[in-house]
Amino acid sequence: MKRPMRREAVLTAAILLLILAAAVVLDAALPRYHIVIKVIKKGAVYALVAVSMNLLNGFTGLFSLGQAGFMLLGAYSYAILCIPVAKRMGVYQYFQGGIMRFSLPELCSGVFGEAAGTVVGMLLALLAGGLLAGFVAYLIGLPVLRLRSDYLAIATLGFAEIVRTFIQWNALGPLTNGSNLLKSYPDLPGAASYLLLIGVFIGVIVLITSSTYGRAFKAIRDDEVAAEAMGINLAHHKRLAFVISSFFAGVGGGMLAMYMGTVQALSFKSTMTYEILLIVVIGGIGSITGSVATSFFYIAGLEWLLRGLDSGKFLGIKAPGVFKNGFRMAVVSTIIMVVVLFFRRGIMGDRELTDLLRRKNRRRKEESEHG
Amino acid sequence: MQKLLPYILNGISAGGQYALISIGYTLVYGILRLINFAHGDVFMVAGLILVYSSATLPFYFSIPLVLVCTAVLGFVIERAAYKPLRSAPRMSLMISAIGVSYLIQNLAFYLTGGLPQPVTRPIPWVSGMVTVLGASTKRVTLVTPVLTLALVLVLLWLTRRTRIGIGMRAASRDFETAQLMGVKINSVISFTFVVGSFLAAVGSLLYFTNYPNVAITSGAMPGLKAFVAAVFGGIGSIPGAVVGAFLIGLSEEIIKGLGYSTFSDAFTFALLIVILCVKPTGLFGESAADKV
Repeated sequence: MKRPMRREAVLTAAILLLILAAAVVLDAALPRYHIVIKVIKKGAVYALVAVSMNLLNGFTGLFSLGQAGFMLLGAYSYAILCIPVAKRMGVYQYFQGGIMRFSLPELCSGVFGEAAGTVVGMLLALLAGGLLAGFVAYLIGLPVLRLRSDYLAIATLGFAEIVRTFIQWNALGPLTNGSNLLKSYPDLPGAASYLLLIGVFIGVIVLITSSTYGRAFKAIRDDEVAAEAMGINLAHHKRLAFVISSFFAGVGGGMLAMYMGTVQALSFKSTMTYEILLIVVIGGIGSITGSVATSFFYIAGLEWLLRGLDSGKFLGIKAPGVFKNGFRMAVVSTIIMVVVLFFRRGIMGDRELTDLLRRKNRRRKEESEHG
Repeated sequence: MQKLLPYILNGISAGGQYALISIGYTLVYGILRLINFAHGDVFMVAGLILVYSSATLPFYFSIPLVLVCTAVLGFVIERAAYKPLRSAPRMSLMISAIGVSYLIQNLAFYLTGGLPQPVTRPIPWVSGMVTVLGASTKRVTLVTPVLTLALVLVLLWLTRRTRIGIGMRAASRDFETAQLMGVKINSVISFTFVVGSFLAAVGSLLYFTNYPNVAITSGAMPGLKAFVAAVFGGIGSIPGAVVGAFLIGLSEEIIKGLGYSTFSDAFTFALLIVILCVKPTGLFGESAADKV
C-alpha cells in the first residue's frame, strides 16, 4: 500500500508543477490584462475560498454561510495595510488621509530591498487579514458553534451582514474609508504567482485534512455522538475548523482585493457566499480537487467562454433578442440547479486527484490478479 | 414622543409586512425543517409581477393575478426543487433552496434587464396620505396591521378546523407518523407552500406601496429579517412569527428614529445571534430533545 501511494503523490506533484509551468509560459507570452491571465487569477482566488469553505462544510459538516464576511475582513485588512503612504491622501479624501500612517510593503522595502520587500509586505498583509478573520471567527464561534446546523447557517449569514454594516460605518471612516472605495494598493505580478500562493495555502489545508485533526473533523461530520464517544472534543475541534476555514477565507478575501484592484464592502454580499457554496457543491462536497477544478471552470465559463451569451453572439449563433444582458447567469444558475437536483455528489464526490490516479493502478492490479 | 411617532407607525407597518413573509418561513420550517432561502425571492417576484401587470391591467384584475401567480410559483418551486430531495440529507435541501434563490434572482435580472423596476402606479387608496395624531403617513401603514391580523386569524382557523390544516399541524409534529395516519404528505406540503407564498404576495403588495421600485435584490433583506422574526418568535409557531415580526419591525424603526439607521439591519442579526444562544426555541417555540 505504501509504494503506490508515493507514486500517486509524485504524479500529482508532477501534474501541479506542469500547470504552474504552463502559467509561467502564459505570463511571459500574454499581456498582463489578457483575459486568460485574469481568469487564472480570479479562478485561483475562488479556488482558495472554495477549499476553505469545503474544509468547514464538507469535511467538518458545519453548514456556515459567513464566508463573505470573513473575506471582507481579509480584503479590507490587505487594502488598508498596503495602500502606499503617498496615495493615502487621495484614497481617504473624505477622512483627511485616514489614520494609518504606514504601509507594510513600503516598511518591508526598507528592510529587504525594493522588490523583495514589497512582496514580503504584501504577503504579511494577506496573513494579517487571515489572522484577523481567524480571530473574529474564534470570537463569533464561541456562541454560534453551539447551534444546530441550520441555525448555524443563518447566524453566520447574519454575522456577515453585521460585518458589512460595521465596515461601512462612518465613524470607522478614518480606518476603513466608510462606504467609499479603497484602491491604489499593489498587486502580485502574474498568474503564476497567484497559483503558487494558493498552491501553498491549499497544500496546508490538505495537510490539515490528512492529519489527526482532519480525521477528527471527518468523524464529527459523519456522526457527532459517535465522535464524542471516541474521545474527540467536539467544541474544540469545531472551533478549530471554523477558525482555520475563516483564516483561509480571510487570505482569499485579501487576494480577491488584490485581483480586483479596488475594494468596497458593498460587493461582499450573501450572494458571494452562495456562489462559493454552489461551486463547492458542484465540485463535490468533501473533495478539494473538485472545489479547485470547479472554481477554474466556473470563472473561465463566466468571465470568458460564456460571455457571448450576454452580448448577442454565442457559438456563431446570433440572437440578440435572447442573448442579452443576464442570460449567461440565468444559464449558469440553471446548470447549477440541475447539478444540485440530479447529480448530488457533484463532479468529484468526495474523491481527490490522487484517488483518480490510484484507481487506475488498482484496476490494473485487480486485472492481473484475476486474469 | 411626537418625533418618534412616525417611526413607530412605520414600525408597525413594517412589522405587519415581515409577519406576512415570516409565516411562510415558519410553516415550511415546521414541516420540512428547511430554511426556504427562496422565500424572499418569491416575495420579490410578487413585486415584479405587480409592476408589470399593473402597467397594463386594471387593479381589480392585476392584484388577484399577483396573488395567484405567486402562489403557483411557490407550488412549482416545491415540486421541482424540494420534492425530489425528500429523502436526501437536510444539507442538500438547504443547498437546493439556495440554488433556487440564486436562479430566481438571475432569471429576474435577465427578464428585467437588470434595472430596478419603478413602481409607476402604486395601488390606489392604500397609497393615499392620512394624518394620524399629527403625523402624516400613507394609508398602507394603517391597513397593514389590520389586514395582517385578519389573515392570521383566518390561517389559525384553517390550521385548527380544516382537514388539510390539521394535516399540516400533524406533519409538523411528526412527519413519519402523520404519513402513517393517512395524511397525504405531498399535498399538505404543497398546500403549505401555496399558503406561504400567497401571504408573501400580500406582504409584497403592501411593502412595495412604500417603496419607489422593485430591484432583483429587494427580497433578500426583508426575507432574512422575516426569517429572524420567525426564529425570534419560535420557529414553527404562527403567533410567534407574528409577534416576532412586529417586535423586529418596531425596534428597527425606533433605532432609525433615534438616529442610528446604519445599525438597524445589524441590530436584527445581533438579536438573532443573541436569541439563538440564549433561548434557541424562541418566544413561543416548543423545545424538542434530539434522540440519539
